[in-house]
Amino acid sequence: MQKTPRILIAKPGLDGHDRGAKVIARALRDAGMEVIYTGLRQTPEMIVNAALQEDVDSIGLSILSGAHPVILPRIMDLLKENDMEDVPVFLGGIIPDDDIPAMLDIGVAAVFGPGTSLEKITDFIWQTVAEAEA
Amino acid sequence: MDKKTWEEKHVEPTLKRFPERKATFETSSGIPLGRLHTPDTLDANYHEQLGFPGQYPFTRGVQPTMYRGRFWTMRQYAGFSTAKESNERYKFLLSQGQTGLSVAFDLPTQIGYDSDDPMALGEVGKVGVSIPTLDDMAILLDGIPLDKVSISMTINAPASVLLAMVIAVGKRQGVEPKQLRGTIQNDILKEYIARGTYIYPPRPSMRLITDVFDYCSREVPRWNTISISGYHIREAGSTAAQEVAFTLANGIAYVQAAMDAGLDVDVFAKQLSFFFNAHNNFLEEVAKFRAARRLWAKIMKDRFGAKDPKSWRLRFHTQTAGSTLTAQQPENNVVRVAIQAMAAVLGGTQSLHTNGRDEAIALPTKEAAQIALRTQQIIAHESGIGDTVDPFAGSYAVEYLTDQVEAKAQEYINNIDEMGGALSAIEAGYVQGEIHEAAYQYQRALEKEEEIVVGVNRFTVEEENPIDRMKLDPSIEAAQCARLKAIRERRDNDKVTELRGQLATAANSDDNLMPLFVECLEHDMTLGEICHTLRDVWGEYRPTL
Repeated sequence: MQKTPRILIAKPGLDGHDRGAKVIARALRDAGMEVIYTGLRQTPEMIVNAALQEDVDSIGLSILSGAHPVILPRIMDLLKENDMEDVPVFLGGIIPDDDIPAMLDIGVAAVFGPGTSLEKITDFIWQTVAEAEA
Repeated sequence: MDKKTWEEKHVEPTLKRFPERKATFETSSGIPLGRLHTPDTLDANYHEQLGFPGQYPFTRGVQPTMYRGRFWTMRQYAGFSTAKESNERYKFLLSQGQTGLSVAFDLPTQIGYDSDDPMALGEVGKVGVSIPTLDDMAILLDGIPLDKVSISMTINAPASVLLAMVIAVGKRQGVEPKQLRGTIQNDILKEYIARGTYIYPPRPSMRLITDVFDYCSREVPRWNTISISGYHIREAGSTAAQEVAFTLANGIAYVQAAMDAGLDVDVFAKQLSFFFNAHNNFLEEVAKFRAARRLWAKIMKDRFGAKDPKSWRLRFHTQTAGSTLTAQQPENNVVRVAIQAMAAVLGGTQSLHTNGRDEAIALPTKEAAQIALRTQQIIAHESGIGDTVDPFAGSYAVEYLTDQVEAKAQEYINNIDEMGGALSAIEAGYVQGEIHEAAYQYQRALEKEEEIVVGVNRFTVEEENPIDRMKLDPSIEAAQCARLKAIRERRDNDKVTELRGQLATAANSDDNLMPLFVECLEHDMTLGEICHTLRDVWGEYRPTL
């Protein structure tokens, strides 16, 4: 039996659109995971620190402001510095198609665009967390 | 034939052969829609419930002739990158027949950070234009006659400072504050609820707002001092009835705060304005606008005892619903926007923004912005729906829905009153919780295909990079930082230090801060410096999660 995954859901940058982040947080809880939601205006340092303190199995980030090309590399670097590169990071919000390869290149595990079903995201997390454990 | 006979003789046999699509039909607010609405569901008291346009309770509109006199103001929300680039987009939109401006600011500006603040990392010029200094505002409004074109600004926590910038730029253009026309959003309560660009805790935030009410009633009388916004509440997932309820509950809190500060309701109330969403459920949306107008008129007259009919009128801007637009098959969004825009017009809006078809992907391209504006122009000039006032009045279904939305909204307002008002209800997490619940239930309904979004959970196709998207120049962050540095070197820094001290003292007093904001800006103090000075005195709002 797989252990209960602990997931950090975070809103990096100054973006206030948190409908998606909150709906995902609740869906993951309903699917049986433990979810820590950071709230708004988190710097990369705050997010990685929270991930470390809470010993999470995966990190979900939601950005709708277009700041992802600057913020994601910082977060991925900080994770490496803290030996956390095996913690899968998934990204949602408004991430244009042509930005996705760059996000995957720096180590983001998946990008979920508008219209993605909750089921798809939940399944993905169960699977990646199981793989990371194995 | 009576209705009962019709049901027995004609409906029953039809249902046996062709069952209806669903067991029950409901609106977003959970209002059941009948198969057929007939005069028996109509509150027949025409004069009390509807009245005439421009007369209490304003159900049929705030003005006697509505669009037969003048169409609504076509006001496209726009702004990105630097002041210079946004100024060019505004001039393009005005040249295409747009009739008012609506400024989108970037997030650092909205939260009171200069472009070179560490918190601004990656956000400069992204979701709107970066305006940390009076210089930037002067460039943004260059060549735009402030006595003729009205300027709406989506700015909340630092709204008073941005208004002070417009006043200062007006002076440079030779336009008196009394001639300035426009709107600041200035609605902090919905920032706590749904939009997230708050800075200060509630008490000093409400004081900044009542300072603006007071100052503008004397100095800038044609300015809308607040745009009490349901738009973002709806985008966060509320129903139509919740949108009306939570918006008007916030309105009640502002009016009460101003009266508590000693202001005369009939002096400041005519400068209040509202901002609603135009969503998908067409009939409910038309009803929603009418219900909001009627309910607000009653609140102002009966609850607050306003005497001037102008204080009873709910005047509003509308924007089509960004959250309904899809990244999949984005051309379909043009149709969604057209339907939503028609609901706003049939609901009697004073101004309108129609969204770009590419909004689920990025900021609108110039072409997308033009189609959005053309959509309004087609509705205005070709559809004929503006040629008679409030054409849906008397529709059994629409009047029924208007009554129902009003009743449901009133129930929520009663709950909020019992909790001690909007601010207490927000601090207790009640309003946010109700919205989140509605958002989550909607998402679940989508997953179960009880709700259909064309191109997303039905009628899907394989597609690749369907349309061009707006791309922003990443070098502008560095350019803005360099501009700020130059301004800080060129200005009289002793004077700025002195003004910072004065501002901190004034923040602790009851003095109206508006005149001092103008003075600070004219000495090139930056937005970030002003907001940080106030942060040091008042602290920052920390939401409970």
